[in-house]
Amino acid sequence: MSIDQSTYDELREIAARYPQARSGLLPMLHLVQSVEGRVTPEGIQACADVLGLTEAEVSGVATFYTMYKRRPVGDYLVGVCTNTLCAVMGGDAIFERLKDHLDVGNDETTADGKITLEHVECNAACDYAPVVMVNWEFVDNQTPSSAVELVDDLRNGVERHSTRGPRLCTWRQAERVLAGFNDGLADEGPSAGAPSLAGLTIANENDWKAPSGD
Amino acid sequence: MTDTLTPVLTANWADDRSWTLPSYAARGGYAALDKALGMAPDEVITAVKDAGLRGRGGAGFPTGMKWSFIPQDNPNPKYLVVNADESEPGTCKDIPLMMASPHTLVEGVIISSYAIRAKVAFIYVRGEVLHVIRRLQAAVAEAYAAGHLGQNIHGSGYDLDLVVHAGAGAYICGEETALLDSLEGRRGQPRLRPPFPAVEGLYASPTVINNAESIASVPSIIANGPGWFAGMGTEKSNGFGIFSLSGHVTRPGQYEAPLGITLRQLLDLAGGVREAPNGQARELKFWTPGGSSTPLFTAEHLDVPLDFESVGAAGSMLGTRALQIFDETVCVVRAVLRWTEFYKHESCGKCTPCREGTWWLVQVLARLEAGQGSAEDLDLLLDQCDNILGRSFCALGDGATSPITSSIKYFRDEYLAHLEQGGCPFDPAKSTLFEEVPA
Ligand SMILES: Cc1cc2nc3c(=O)[nH]c(=O)nc-3n(C[C@H](O)[C@H](O)[C@H](O)COP(=O)(O)O)c2cc1C
Ligand code: SF4
Ligand code: FES
Repeated sequence: MSIDQSTYDELREIAARYPQARSGLLPMLHLVQSVEGRVTPEGIQACADVLGLTEAEVSGVATFYTMYKRRPVGDYLVGVCTNTLCAVMGGDAIFERLKDHLDVGNDETTADGKITLEHVECNAACDYAPVVMVNWEFVDNQTPSSAVELVDDLRNGVERHSTRGPRLCTWRQAERVLAGFNDGLADEGPSAGAPSLAGLTIANENDWKAPSGD
Repeated sequence: MTDTLTPVLTANWADDRSWTLPSYAARGGYAALDKALGMAPDEVITAVKDAGLRGRGGAGFPTGMKWSFIPQDNPNPKYLVVNADESEPGTCKDIPLMMASPHTLVEGVIISSYAIRAKVAFIYVRGEVLHVIRRLQAAVAEAYAAGHLGQNIHGSGYDLDLVVHAGAGAYICGEETALLDSLEGRRGQPRLRPPFPAVEGLYASPTVINNAESIASVPSIIANGPGWFAGMGTEKSNGFGIFSLSGHVTRPGQYEAPLGITLRQLLDLAGGVREAPNGQARELKFWTPGGSSTPLFTAEHLDVPLDFESVGAAGSMLGTRALQIFDETVCVVRAVLRWTEFYKHESCGKCTPCREGTWWLVQVLARLEAGQGSAEDLDLLLDQCDNILGRSFCALGDGATSPITSSIKYFRDEYLAHLEQGGCPFDPAKSTLFEEVPA
């Protein structure tokens, strides 16, 4: 697939957000993934063109970061946190169950192209362990069976929401947001889940507050 | 006497649509900005210095002092970069803050940028948190529309642009100089210091890099005064911070308290160590005071005041107040091996001690965990750690050694038990939150 004019325009638009255009490279690569479904040679070429870099320079950056994928990603990138805390709380069991259920290994995609499974590092949601990420949205407090239900629903087109966010969109749509093009869904979902409010709730019950100002 | 918990940054998280500007403004949001714009920039710096705010990103460097290092006679533009990369295992405070109240951070960015005389600021947020990024983008758009960002802010003549920048998955990009390289569109690898970012940071220009929670604390300091902030916490660790409890605890979550609170107090509030699914009581075995890069503590450290000095004196670091709690069902060797695999994966490869060293650490630990090593492997591990600690180019390498050396110190026998039994003596299913048999 080649990169069309409107994508070129958007790549330039990203670069123009920064005092120096090259700062746009990471979001530009996110846009490439949103259009191409992965970081393709054509996408690398387009970034290089826009920024006046060599393809080798762009490629060197793309290979450094784990969110950039060389192989096609399914509609839903399902990441199971297997860093220590989530692993211990059940992340390892969830990951094993999903591998088995989907019949794929780490960083592999189901035959129907719907789900890419991978294990991810700590996603800053340890108080919601074990955590599963779908297209980088939080799906908190999972068990092996809830995770199986989740991926089955996603494969069958059943609408699913993040536990702290909107209806799960596709990976390509998510990558577009990471490129800086807001999708207008910021108002979906709650302010916080219960763990985020644990201390505040207790403080309110006890009428505990910070002192009043000077 | 200050109350046990002091919600400031977390105070509005339960408000209806707390992430929106109307909700934030209803609590007096952006009034601190008005106040700051009525002060001279240096007065804002002095206020933050007098408050005694120390960096909330791990190292605890005094924030006001960092700002005063910016050479104002340098002709280059000045930049503020917010470190919202939050990837240290266990750390989970900045993400909920930006999800629930992105305007607290945005207001902090504007005041802080004004203080250091930056005209452009960036929030570098890890890419793996889509909804947080949406909320930041929306908050910045709202702030522009309301005249809190852009040209001539609140009629003061001060201009500021703020860019939300999503990273792409690399723990090392939380290290401040690697973050700068990443923000310049390069591989995120740490830079040699000096020159320090205050002198040659982003685009070789004077740059302040602060953690998201540090910057989010600034509006409250300006609104309530430095004395208010300094009146909380301990003598050298002033103010409040968000303490993140996770793992085997009844009510995991975020607890905002004055620095110096203890884990015993926090556990009391959080309902103690979590019971087994069958109702059996469980005990605290080990915990991290400030993320996986800070040496482990055990039950003997329950009463250590969680401030920079006391945690340091007890042999660890306050770090990011990421309290990961593990009960007696958890194999410490398994936990440490997993963290070590993380450091190996995240090592940026720039320096040999860390690149090669973390690889070797995994080899030896994996052997031990499988019960296949020998007792000498423990000394080998300690020796390898010795060759990494203090010899690595950045603190990632140092951090990789923390779980290993501290676990051998407190749990040597458990390592040996793996050798005696020819494998792990623990059943990982017992540590999980559910009673399902893994497939
Ligand atoms: C490997 C590594 C990862 C780090 N990750 C973060 C991070 O995610 N967020 C952060 O604020 N600081 C992180 N730091 C610390 C930063 O280098 C820096 O000290 C901090 O952002 C300064 O802000 P503060 O003074 O407000 O704490 C990390 C350091 C290292 C060595
Ligand atoms: S210590 Fe590790 S992460 Fe830091 S520069 Fe060296 S190789 Fe890179
Ligand atoms: S360990 Fe899984 S989110 Fe932190």
